[in-house]
Amino acid sequence: MQCIIDAMKAAPFEYTRVSTLAEACELLSEHGGDAKLIAGGQSLVPMMAMRLARPAWLVDINRLEELKHVEVRDDALVVGATVRQCVIERNADAIRSLPLMNRALKWVGHVQTRNRGTVGGSIVHADPSAEIPLVACVLDATLVLQDASGQSEVSAREFFFAPMVTAIAPEQCLAEIRFPVWKAARLGCSFEEVSIRHGDFALVSACAQVALDADGKCTQAALGIGGASPFPHALPEIGAMLEGKVLDEMLIEDAATAAADLIDPDGDLHATAEYRRFLARMLALRVLKAATEDALKKAAK
Amino acid sequence: MSEKLYPVSMTVNGTLRTAEVPSRLTLVDFLRDTLRLTGTHVGCEHGICGACSVILDGAPVRSCLMYAVQLDGCSVTTIEGLTRPDGTPSVLQDAFCEAHGLQCGYCTPGMIVASHALLESNPSPSEAEIRDAIGGNLCRCTGYQQIVDAVQLAAENIAKGAK
Amino acid sequence: MSGYKYIGTKRRTKEDPRFVTGRGHYVADIALPGMKHVALVTSPHASARIKAIRTDKALAMPGVHYALTGEELCANVDPLYVGVDAPKVARYPLARGVVRYAGEWVVAVVADSRALAEDAAERIEIDYEPTDYVLDPEKAILPGAVLVHPEHGSNILYRRTFTWGPVAEDFAKAEHKLAFRVRWGRSATVPIETFGIAAQWDPGTQLLDIWASIQMPKYPDQLAKALRLPGNNVRVHFDVDVGGSYGVKRGIKHTVLVGYLAMKLRLPVRFIEDRLENMRGGDMHGPDRSFDMQVAFDTDGTIHSLKIRAIDDVGAYAGRSPLQLGKPIGAIVGPYRITSVEYEPISVLTNKTAQEAVRGFGQAPTNYAIESAVDRVARHLGMDRIELRKKNFITKDQFPYLIPSGSTYDSGDYHTVLDKALKAVDFASLLAARDDARKAGRLAGVGIATCLEPSGGNSAFEPLFNPKNETTTWMDSCLVRVDISGAITGVMNTSTAGQGHETLVSTVLGEILERDPDTIRVVHADSLNALPSNSPVGSRMAIMLGGAAAGAAKKVKAALMAIAAHNLGVAEEGLEYRDGNITAKADPKKSLSWDQLVEIAHRKFHKLPAGLEPGLQAKFVWEVPTGGGLPTADGRIQMYPCYSFEAHLVLVEVDPATAQPKILRYLCGHDCGTMINPAIVHGMTYGGIAHGIGAALYEKFAFSDNGQLASQTFMDYLMPSALEVPAIDIVDHCTPSPLTEFGQKGSGEAGYLGAPAAIANAINDALHPIGASIDELPMTPLAIWTQLQGGRTP
Repeated sequence: MQCIIDAMKAAPFEYTRVSTLAEACELLSEHGGDAKLIAGGQSLVPMMAMRLARPAWLVDINRLEELKHVEVRDDALVVGATVRQCVIERNADAIRSLPLMNRALKWVGHVQTRNRGTVGGSIVHADPSAEIPLVACVLDATLVLQDASGQSEVSAREFFFAPMVTAIAPEQCLAEIRFPVWKAARLGCSFEEVSIRHGDFALVSACAQVALDADGKCTQAALGIGGASPFPHALPEIGAMLEGKVLDEMLIEDAATAAADLIDPDGDLHATAEYRRFLARMLALRVLKAATEDALKKAAK
Repeated sequence: MSEKLYPVSMTVNGTLRTAEVPSRLTLVDFLRDTLRLTGTHVGCEHGICGACSVILDGAPVRSCLMYAVQLDGCSVTTIEGLTRPDGTPSVLQDAFCEAHGLQCGYCTPGMIVASHALLESNPSPSEAEIRDAIGGNLCRCTGYQQIVDAVQLAAENIAKGAK
Repeated sequence: MSGYKYIGTKRRTKEDPRFVTGRGHYVADIALPGMKHVALVTSPHASARIKAIRTDKALAMPGVHYALTGEELCANVDPLYVGVDAPKVARYPLARGVVRYAGEWVVAVVADSRALAEDAAERIEIDYEPTDYVLDPEKAILPGAVLVHPEHGSNILYRRTFTWGPVAEDFAKAEHKLAFRVRWGRSATVPIETFGIAAQWDPGTQLLDIWASIQMPKYPDQLAKALRLPGNNVRVHFDVDVGGSYGVKRGIKHTVLVGYLAMKLRLPVRFIEDRLENMRGGDMHGPDRSFDMQVAFDTDGTIHSLKIRAIDDVGAYAGRSPLQLGKPIGAIVGPYRITSVEYEPISVLTNKTAQEAVRGFGQAPTNYAIESAVDRVARHLGMDRIELRKKNFITKDQFPYLIPSGSTYDSGDYHTVLDKALKAVDFASLLAARDDARKAGRLAGVGIATCLEPSGGNSAFEPLFNPKNETTTWMDSCLVRVDISGAITGVMNTSTAGQGHETLVSTVLGEILERDPDTIRVVHADSLNALPSNSPVGSRMAIMLGGAAAGAAKKVKAALMAIAAHNLGVAEEGLEYRDGNITAKADPKKSLSWDQLVEIAHRKFHKLPAGLEPGLQAKFVWEVPTGGGLPTADGRIQMYPCYSFEAHLVLVEVDPATAQPKILRYLCGHDCGTMINPAIVHGMTYGGIAHGIGAALYEKFAFSDNGQLASQTFMDYLMPSALEVPAIDIVDHCTPSPLTEFGQKGSGEAGYLGAPAAIANAINDALHPIGASIDELPMTPLAIWTQLQGGRTP
């Protein structure tokens, strides 16, 4: 039997740093599953160190100018896949148009990991407890995938299947993410997470975004739970439950209870499935309340 | 048949350094083993402990999570580069000595890198901001108390005009 | 500090400047020309027979020099030392024939780089036949259990029941009795630097040079013995900076492995554990211990007697680990006047990673058990926890105080330290904050722990637990030289891991010789030119190294006085020594300066008094105070000489919605006698408390049902960052030790010995209103939540 060792030096690989997206896609189509893209590397490099990932080819997309944009375009904030987390944290357009992302980012790792980690990298890595994928799902973002034959789009809500398993094909590169911007004046959002230490993977996370009309009735609502299903779990059913109604305490409680029934948590070293389900309900309650309060503070236009 | 080598050329502590290295050589191993800048330390090699922190193009990062070949054309500053050219300690390093913000010294270069980056962008940080800035650097000796004291002292001294 | 010029003052630590500029000298910084690197193949099974090992594919890979198996190694080295009498529990660096835990080292591959060694290690092929294993120590001691070392005949490494004092009568007479179990989860102090060792064999001089990140008594001796070398064929370089140890860096199996490879291959070899190897196979886990406690007490709160059954899972092999059940015997009643104790330590083998020494050597778990008992007694009686403690404290006029297990506590004033702490934290406001939080529907608790930190490192638990081992020598040493230029150099004879020993020694030498410590250099000897030392364990260096430095300095001072008396024609009683200059009291014009005295000593033999050796140097080797004795038949012995004391006061809240604990306020009253360098002592106390927070709330080496270490990376083994450790206040008190030069006691383990107890008591105070409690560490959010589910509404 061949040995699995306690490795911390990566297995050998060929390295290419590409200067165009087309180049990257060409390499991916040539090498398929033997090639991996590296952007921030904050998730990939540890896996390679432990030899859990051992691509024969590493394609470095850090220098692709094509993937570094942050711009508002057609009711969406369009973020290039290799935009660093620290960049989007400070970007004025992002702060203004995507407050939910901004709230999420303070939970993402530490200062140093956000200096290198990318928005796209977090999405493609697909840790079910990661914050950025959850925001993408909750806001129903569109992911634009590029390969040698062209571009395709997939909804974030259809992208994540299982931990680290997504709809991306080996020859595809995530190019940009289009986060829908809600145009409501009375917009509120909240992101909450329970982890054991600050900066750890979430045991469970939740985020909510609500828009209210002048009378305080909900015109749009979105809720999602992370870390409590095999994928970041947007709950449009709950959004539907809340839309058109006044978000009073009882409705929010019912929504949170309903949310807790929709998720599918696992148990591990740090939390049982029951604990996660409990946290999911409690966090759903908290974020819905906080998002509603946040929205109520705002004046109707 | 030996491992394929790739050329890399990066500025380290203000000096252009050129070498040919395996692609899988991490930045921290490059700094330590190829350049013999052993002030940056290896603690976990999976990006958690922060002992390997360096400044890359002005921002603190974990050097165990990058391959040296990725940094062609980039600028890296290590603890050696934060020391004055004549070898005397910077205001920050001196504050760590004055407040005894270290014991075994192993996490210290990473702590100083993180603190330096903080003070560059936030010259008078609160205690909470200091703890957040070093929150990704683990220490098992100090309980962080005297490290926080050191950063506060450095901030005060810099404000008083110490260079 | 009154009366001292340098001792107790605020002084910078000498070691700091090199560390803050990145100029430390750690083992991974050492590059020997032509050095090779080691990677390990480790066992995937908790227990298995090794049927075959094939190394040919590995050896064919580029840059690979050797693949060493246990068959070869075990035939050529002696087994490693076991602290108890268990010769059939043989331990070698590599497995031979069988593997006994997942992560055990099986093959060592040597290559030009670590990466190449790992590439080759992956090509090693091993056929295993998995066998039955045992993971639960309670099951492991039952008849019919799977045996980890069948030749040993059982899984019990050590078991004895000690009865000190009239336990049965005290229990019969007592008005109340309580029984409960608490569990100290397996954790360790996990330094940020892993263990590393570089070795080089010179066949010309027949010398094996060793550089290692080491903190271990008798390391050169044990490694020489295992490698079948005379002691003077080994040279351990103690000047390697150790990146933290707090007990764990024993590395003897790593060293024997690498030493053997260096000798066999005639190449320098270096092995730096990577983090995965360190966590799973470095054999650096700490106590894994359950306590069955019984307490006998009266309605007025007097605690008369304790029965303690302590069962500890040391894993598949043992070095000194079983002895971690023995050290707490020296403080088995804590700071209390408990008059009888029955103590049954049981050290058990299971198919897990081996345990090693951890900060406190078993005292922290024991203090947790004792302080849990005290809180339960208070709750049972409806008595205030502070008042109960004060009622049972040994009073300051009772010292030196002999405890039932044979140790005498040297000095203490527990009431004063506790009062100081209570005042400094404003205890009433702490309780008010707790009660306000409770009124607002939150869970909040105040935790108290008053415990001892035995210090001085007289490891009398060795002969206590193994009568065949009659070791009673527990010494340390210092050499002082004053050179021709008048500069002073102190030589210490062991390694340092951040405790500031250079600062300690220079401060002591400076104090005695009245010369500026900043001008005094302190160096580390190597094992060939070192005086005897037992390394910095058991909070011993302030006492032992400080004492040895003082002793050596006094000899130098005596030589100077003799030279002055002889040359000034004045009897020594008529001379005054001031700052290294000596003057006749009656006639100040009769005086010799430091420089003149030094010159006479080194150059002017004709002016030297008879009998004084030329030059100006002295060595001092001394036995630990109160040491040198063997245990009595009923197991009583003087353990460590000096007893420091800590009083921890903690305010915590638990979020009732998420079950996350948060420490809001932390104050520690600390009495370690005279502090030679307060900043160093405080630093280690803060660090010890942080270690304690980790053990109490976050850290656990968790094993799956099939014996795999589930928390092998830092993503699962969670250590507190600056965001989990709160701001901590320390309040000092000084009850000097009558046994030491300056009244100093040790404090290297400070904070860690009381913090887990205090935090556990705080969490349980928070859970008390809902009728819940947790009796196991770490108290993770999951553990707390499980209690919240079962508890009633407050």
